Amino acid sequence: MDFLNGLVTLLNFVVIPATAYGAQLALGALGVTLIYGILRFSNFAHGDTMAFGAMATILVTWGFQALGLHLWGLPTALLALPFGIAIAAALVIATDRTIYRFYRRQKVSPVILVIVSMGVMFVYNGIVRFVIGPDDQNFADGARFLISARDFRDLTGLDEGLAIRSSQAMTIVTAVIVVMVLFWFLNRTRTGKSMRAFSDNEDLALLSGINPERVVAITWIIVAALATVAGVLYGLDKSFKPFTYFQLLLPIFASAIVGGLGSPLGAIVGGFVVAFSEVTITYAWKKVLEYWLPATLEPQGLVQLLSTDYKFAVSFAILVIVLLFRPTGLFRGKSV
Amino acid sequence: MRAAGLFALVIALIVLTGFTQSWNVALGIVNMGLVSAIMALGVNLQWGFAGLFNVGIMGFVALGGLAAVLIGQPPVGAAWEAGGPRVLGGLAIGLGVIAAAVILWRRLPAGRLRALVLLGVLIAGFFIYRGVFDPAVQAIEAVNAATQGYLGGLGLPILIAWPVGAVLAAVAAWAIGKTALGLRSDYLAIATLGIAEIIISVLRNEDWLARGVKNVIGLPRPVPYEVDLQQSPAFVERAAGVGLDPVVASTLAVKLAYTGLFAVILLLILWLSQSALASPWGRMMRAIRDNEVAAEAMGKNVKARHLQVFVLGSAICGLAGAMMTTLDGQLTPSSYQPLRFTFLVWVMVIVGGSGNNYGAILGGFLIWFLWVQVEPLGLWFMQTISDGLDPASPLRAHLLASAAHMRLFTMGILLLLVLRFSPRGLIPER
Repeated sequence: MDFLNGLVTLLNFVVIPATAYGAQLALGALGVTLIYGILRFSNFAHGDTMAFGAMATILVTWGFQALGLHLWGLPTALLALPFGIAIAAALVIATDRTIYRFYRRQKVSPVILVIVSMGVMFVYNGIVRFVIGPDDQNFADGARFLISARDFRDLTGLDEGLAIRSSQAMTIVTAVIVVMVLFWFLNRTRTGKSMRAFSDNEDLALLSGINPERVVAITWIIVAALATVAGVLYGLDKSFKPFTYFQLLLPIFASAIVGGLGSPLGAIVGGFVVAFSEVTITYAWKKVLEYWLPATLEPQGLVQLLSTDYKFAVSFAILVIVLLFRPTGLFRGKSV
Repeated sequence: MRAAGLFALVIALIVLTGFTQSWNVALGIVNMGLVSAIMALGVNLQWGFAGLFNVGIMGFVALGGLAAVLIGQPPVGAAWEAGGPRVLGGLAIGLGVIAAAVILWRRLPAGRLRALVLLGVLIAGFFIYRGVFDPAVQAIEAVNAATQGYLGGLGLPILIAWPVGAVLAAVAAWAIGKTALGLRSDYLAIATLGIAEIIISVLRNEDWLARGVKNVIGLPRPVPYEVDLQQSPAFVERAAGVGLDPVVASTLAVKLAYTGLFAVILLLILWLSQSALASPWGRMMRAIRDNEVAAEAMGKNVKARHLQVFVLGSAICGLAGAMMTTLDGQLTPSSYQPLRFTFLVWVMVIVGGSGNNYGAILGGFLIWFLWVQVEPLGLWFMQTISDGLDPASPLRAHLLASAAHMRLFTMGILLLLVLRFSPRGLIPER
């Protein structure tokens, strides 16, 4: 019984939150990795693209809620998601046409594009704060819990409860669907294959008649979709506040680099590596260990390796450790 | 010619502020402009001279701020008694464990044995370190927690903190450079972004060091206090002689004193940077920046030069950070935001002109001026366009409330316009 109670505590406070967070990071890192693979620069504006997509979705959600539309138990935001994606896609395509295309034609060095993306980050950040303000916005509705701690206790007779919030369950389910669709697209469709060819060898791809502008445009649309989905899921799970999306940049970059920049599979693995290390290192293990260890060995302190405020530090530390031993990431990413 | 004209324009803008708003505001802009210009010179040394992409400026600036506390504040005797030596001992153990791990890594043959030994040393070392460190921290933070709860500083004149801030930043830069400079430019950028976040989270959490988010206020000053000036008959008389109210005169005098101090430092760093740029060293740095492979083939030690310039540039940012904290008179770790302390400095360097020291200085002043003035301008703009709207309409309220966010937007547009139409900045590299 003690073992099961400890296990349930672990699931409740570590495994489930980390899985949901990891899925959000993985979706973010997939966007960064695709931009890196196709356009060959690290996009600093990605966090704010997520914020913009989430904001667009929130505005549509509020509209739907005002009209009385709803999805029964599910959050209305899911209904608004396609509209949010379309708005975000329009923004990034417009950005590409007015800003990035100019530098692409000049074939500037990647680091210039990174600085350009810093400017784009400022502008997106300004737009989001201008439209929706810097404060917390709540747009979650529908059922709060898939299973609540009390229901679980009543059901199983254990001392510890297991709570799965619907936002967590939805994050994981949505992430799985999105990733499956993305991999199907990249591996099975003609456009996806041309994207991969373009990413592997630009010159060869151009010779074989691939239209680069089309590849770039489709990449941006996919990135907008991934960023919006990740942004909305994060907003539903935690809360929507423009500044937190900017702060997500570091764990997202860490995930993409740990997995190997340019490798979609790596981005997913990297997202979960970063999320699980953050949560396990900043979690206070006292409760779990009390169940699992014999009474004589019971811990006195909280058994927390680092305070939760150090979670960004953890993602960076993992990044450095991986880079020291595998300079291009776990899945041998590319370097331009 | 062009440079002189642009500098004249910025000066005119600041003088105009003095006439239309107040001389206190104008001098405030000048002082922060001087500090910003020094930060921009540091970044220009790294990016403009050597092509190193550092987005961790915030971290170095914050370390400079920490130096101001560690040097300027009086020591807290009770806290030292409660756990001072033990904290230092704990830190020494931590460093010892890391050193031991590095030595073992180098000495032992590669293989599973090395991995296991290393892991064992690190885990055991971590728990010993925490065992020594944690009780000491608790004891220190319990000392008079409302106003102290930290070790305090050395109680030395705060001007000493400025070079010390530079040294702290240089040490951090050396450690980062050793690990990250071998990586590609994008990776270096992300590594520096990460280290800046780590430095800030340490400042926020380690209350025994600098009170964390409880802030250290009332740092000592290198210049007189307004109150003292107002009570000095000689000063009041002189103020009356120029026809100024003694209260206004005292605030202006304090700000001018800072302006003088900062201007000396800026001129010194400008002179050093100009000499560096014109020297064989400067030519070599630019040769490495423009073609690393060729420079390496000619026998230049690219990695060592990169480390050198990275440490120097970061030290300048640390110096500027110490100066800024001195000017503010307080250290508030939660105010360190990357948008303000990293990316805004980048806007200064790019807009001013990377590779040109005068450009960096111009950028520092111009962008700081805009950063301060865009908010009132935005409010005025919003009031003008929403003038026709019903005063009670929510749209009008929203427009007025969001004027404050025009800043980031304007800075982004400015950066993008300069990158597009004048990619080498307002005063290009010669």
